[in-house]
Amino acid sequence: MSTSPVPSAPAATPFVRTSPLRVIPRLDIKAPNLVKGIRLEGLRVIGDPADHAQRYFEQGADELMYQDIVASLYGRNSLTELVRKTAERIFIPLTVGGGIRSVTDIQALLRAGADKVCLNTAAVARPELISEAASTFGSQCVVVAIETIRQPSGAWKAFTDNGREHTGLDAYDWARRVVDLGAGELLLTSVDRDGTKKGFDLEFIKRLAATVGVPVVAHGGAGSAAHVAEVANLGVDGVAIASWLHYKHGTVGELKQGLASAGVEVRP
Amino acid sequence: MSARVTIVDYGLGNLHSVANALTHLGAQVDYAEDGKAIANAERLILPGVGAFADGMRNLTERGQVQALRAFAASGRPFIGICLGMQLLFDESDEFGTHAGLGIIPGRVERIPAAGVKVPHVGWNRVQPARAEAWDGSLLSSTPAGTFAYFVHSFAAKPRDAAHLLAVAAYGAHRLTAAVSMGSVTGFQYHPEKSGAAGLAMLRAFLVAPSPLEVP
Repeated sequence: MSTSPVPSAPAATPFVRTSPLRVIPRLDIKAPNLVKGIRLEGLRVIGDPADHAQRYFEQGADELMYQDIVASLYGRNSLTELVRKTAERIFIPLTVGGGIRSVTDIQALLRAGADKVCLNTAAVARPELISEAASTFGSQCVVVAIETIRQPSGAWKAFTDNGREHTGLDAYDWARRVVDLGAGELLLTSVDRDGTKKGFDLEFIKRLAATVGVPVVAHGGAGSAAHVAEVANLGVDGVAIASWLHYKHGTVGELKQGLASAGVEVRP
Repeated sequence: MSARVTIVDYGLGNLHSVANALTHLGAQVDYAEDGKAIANAERLILPGVGAFADGMRNLTERGQVQALRAFAASGRPFIGICLGMQLLFDESDEFGTHAGLGIIPGRVERIPAAGVKVPHVGWNRVQPARAEAWDGSLLSSTPAGTFAYFVHSFAAKPRDAAHLLAVAAYGAHRLTAAVSMGSVTGFQYHPEKSGAAGLAMLRAFLVAPSPLEVP
């Protein structure tokens, strides 16, 4: 493959989409089940993760994301076997997160068939993990999740452990820092929007998408194709969708049709 | 009858993604850890994720370099994917200048970062390098403009335009997306990660005529 460990950071220019908006079904896993909560709490069992992954692949998803939602509590990611099984029958990129603490953990998931890993809690505890991962595997496979909750003061703070733990970090500063450390992509999770289907946190996402030199994926709040089109036009590279798909408000294909009608380029 | 495909194992990257896709398509897959297993292959894939110099060093240490050149000359179906495609060329500029396999004339150079993000990561459209370029190739049933999944910072520049099979526009760049020379094809993108369209390209490889098969 041949990739550089540190991404280039071009100067901010007006947004022109250079690749189709990636539609990324996000599957939160509490082994062995696919689960979904609201604001990352009150988890409900949805079903079998592998079956859902297969269905979304067949519907035309551009990528899939697995998140072990309780892994940080137990200090380990339990998805290796699920990743292996998924990689045998799903032929699009797969991102895996939850409980990843070391280069060794990352290697195990990449060997099982993950294409990228998503870091959060361990990166906050030890930011050098981001640089270690980027220099070992290339920045293209290092995604850092920025979990945000908008504060009454109007500032956005970064959280970990699926919105349970306060880091005290300003989310915007933290996002800039992880890019400097070598993150190749950012997943912006708005904890206070997650599962609500009320639309994305446009203000925060806009501020970040316009200023960081790496791809940004928006997550939290998708409730319609119009919501997704709205956030797409802010300059994000991808959108992570959970509830809307899991509760069968529509398929990936229907969402892409809605986006195409709204003038957003998607992969057919 | 299922096709038998040999994947070159040279200690770099994830061989299983390619193997999973081939198995899904009904092929029998085995791995070549040395030159002899390459010589005996019916259809060959050189995959690869990593740095160019590491790739050549490992192929050399495992005695696979001459076997790969001989295989390419034999007319049997051979594909290189990503780094595996770049290794088919004469040399690369990645971390110093390093000699490659020299199967397809040309070099591998860093994508200039002017106006675009490097690495080039994600889905991009693959277009024929010229009219009729895809006739008789592994892309002959692929519609022009099909999306494929790319992850790379370096791009190949074939010396002979006739070897350029497909290109992808990236900012002002026209990147080499695929090359072909006789029975040898190189994909810069990952067909094994490119959904149904990528699987169709691998299926074309499985049914490509091989001189080893007796009609």
